[in-house]
Amino acid sequence: MAEKRLLLGDEAVALGALYAGLSGVYAYPGTPSTEITEFIQKDPLSKERGVRSRWCTNEKTAMEAALGMSYAGKRALVCMKHVGMNVCADAFVNAAITGVNGGLVVLAADDPSMHSSQNEQDSRFYGKFALIPILEPSTQQECFDMQAYAFDLSERLRLPVLMRIVTRLAHSRAAVETGVPRSQNELNPDNERTRWVLLPGNARRQYAALVGKIPETEQCAQESPYNTLRLSGRRGLGVIASGIGYNYVLENLPEDVSVLKVSQYPLPAGQVRALASASDEILVVEDGQPFIEEQVRGILGAGYPVSGRLTGRLPRTGELDPDCVAKALGRTGGPVHGPARNLAPRPPQLCQGCGHRDVYTALNQVLADYPEARVFGDIGCYTLGALPPYRAIDSCVDMGASITMAKGAADAGMHPVVAVIGDSTFTHSGMTSLLDAVNDNAAITVILSDNLTTAMTGGQDSAGTHKFEAICLALGVERDHLHVVVPLPKNMEEITRTIRKELEYKGVSVIIPQRECMQTLARKQRLKQAQKQQ
Amino acid sequence: MKTDIKLSGVGGQGILSIATVIGQAATTAGLHLKQAEVHGMSQRGGDVQSDLRLSTEDIHSDLIALGTADLILSMEPMEALRYLPYLGKEGVVVTSSKPFVNIPDYPDETSLLEELDALPRVARMDIEQVARTLMAPRSANMVLLGMAARYIPILTPAHLREAIRTIFGSKGEKTVSDNLKAFDAGYEGIQ
Repeated sequence: MAEKRLLLGDEAVALGALYAGLSGVYAYPGTPSTEITEFIQKDPLSKERGVRSRWCTNEKTAMEAALGMSYAGKRALVCMKHVGMNVCADAFVNAAITGVNGGLVVLAADDPSMHSSQNEQDSRFYGKFALIPILEPSTQQECFDMQAYAFDLSERLRLPVLMRIVTRLAHSRAAVETGVPRSQNELNPDNERTRWVLLPGNARRQYAALVGKIPETEQCAQESPYNTLRLSGRRGLGVIASGIGYNYVLENLPEDVSVLKVSQYPLPAGQVRALASASDEILVVEDGQPFIEEQVRGILGAGYPVSGRLTGRLPRTGELDPDCVAKALGRTGGPVHGPARNLAPRPPQLCQGCGHRDVYTALNQVLADYPEARVFGDIGCYTLGALPPYRAIDSCVDMGASITMAKGAADAGMHPVVAVIGDSTFTHSGMTSLLDAVNDNAAITVILSDNLTTAMTGGQDSAGTHKFEAICLALGVERDHLHVVVPLPKNMEEITRTIRKELEYKGVSVIIPQRECMQTLARKQRLKQAQKQQ
Repeated sequence: MKTDIKLSGVGGQGILSIATVIGQAATTAGLHLKQAEVHGMSQRGGDVQSDLRLSTEDIHSDLIALGTADLILSMEPMEALRYLPYLGKEGVVVTSSKPFVNIPDYPDETSLLEELDALPRVARMDIEQVARTLMAPRSANMVLLGMAARYIPILTPAHLREAIRTIFGSKGEKTVSDNLKAFDAGYEGIQ
């Protein structure tokens, strides 16, 4: 029976996947995608059906495990933030070459405007690169509906399907009408070895078969219920709008404008031509990079006037909003009140009592005596150590880069060199970096700041909790240069002494400040209290 | 009929609970609703905001356009001012009057409140003080919601009170009654 529920875009994706007969979700937490997996972990239907939902160590392990589940004939969902696509790209691209058995949907949550990210790369390029269908919902309802559609499409074409959403859809709530859950697939392993063993001989055949499917994937997009062309009957401006860009167009739509809504790719060239022949010019409204705009220029040729992010009619960077789209459509409006006079920026900061604070206090205290020292940071709450009052890190690039960049800098002759990395980031992508450093006996000091959780995304399980000493020793870090400390003000003397000693050591040392995240600790205490009261 | 609300505050002040209550009330009242939240890094003591759009008709954009908000609802006075460019011509600002100072260059309080009071339609109150007086210190956000209730004509106070019962019901009767008390104090307080 259909019911209406108020859901975030992320939650609508999660529920849609469960209703589509999902057997496993594979993900590493990353804003704005985290709530998808969290929803599945808590949902009763998921518990009843035994849907596999434990967090993965990184996006690549997630993608591969999902492909394995697909191989076995069942439906699997992989979720990540956009930069996670870079981490799993090897498995992702090759999953298009093998093709799938059970439906496989890859969900990438892009973050234009970089609310919580290092770049605003557009995941649609990955889908085009891998030659697979891409879906881009505009509303929470489409997030739900398109999951079943995506799994069916994946099984029909025997290809992975990429679904791309953006922050403002992932983290916005609206009512969603659900339906009847489909049953899960039975175990049905694929027996075609030549599809799955990508030796060059097989891979060439598989790649040719993938290219051979292009007309069919194009046909699917051309006939998709999610791509709609509405002709106004008047010439003039025609608009191509995709994803949430479509909402901003509807919000500001002059009646005499024709609109092509694109929510499924490959870009439906036939509909683009139909819009072009009914209009005098085309404006492309898409959130992210000019993915459609570039292709439209190719489809229509140089003579046809096309505008959008490439021409400056819409901003080249940052997310779309109703204001910039209104302006591009020639609507007037804008602020009534100017910006306030009494205003100061309020950047995020480390929580009061957070162990990372004590780590940076200690590090700054010691490094005051080493003005030439450099600190390579990493991705997590502790990146906030770049801001005042600490200003303690010199870089933050990608997951795991702290250790390997420190190694490279040490290789070049810099000393002392420090890497600061969190526990979850370390298991995500820092272990291989540490192995490189150990094998080369790089003179670096690694501070593995362990708060026993994946804190920045809201406290998900961290893959290596209680295993870090064992992992470091097994990777070859010497016992004498591996220290566990408790980051508290009362231990400052011991911590600074340890850091100082290891900075002087001309090899790999690892210091593990270990203390639970204040947020997860408080949550556990609240839970305990609530249980006591019952 | 529509009401567009810009909710603001500092990470951890409970603006998402306000949004949840309004969302619940809107659902019961059969309204269309969109609510854009900010999750992730900015929740760590930084400025946070949420766009809440209620309407009897379909809503397209998840975000509120500049110069069109009917209400700025803020847990903190400077955070109310931050979103001033979004406030519409007839828009109202309802805010806590008590600064939350966790940055070194926080503006002068007197000058800040003067700027706030110079706006055509503004209601401010020390909601934390009110909540403490009621012996419900964790319900300051519901005092604010009570203050705002007069400016959300698309919903009745009864809808909001009912939503408070539903949302906090699982946390026990004491939490429900604290939050209702706080809501009523806010509602009565700005008569």
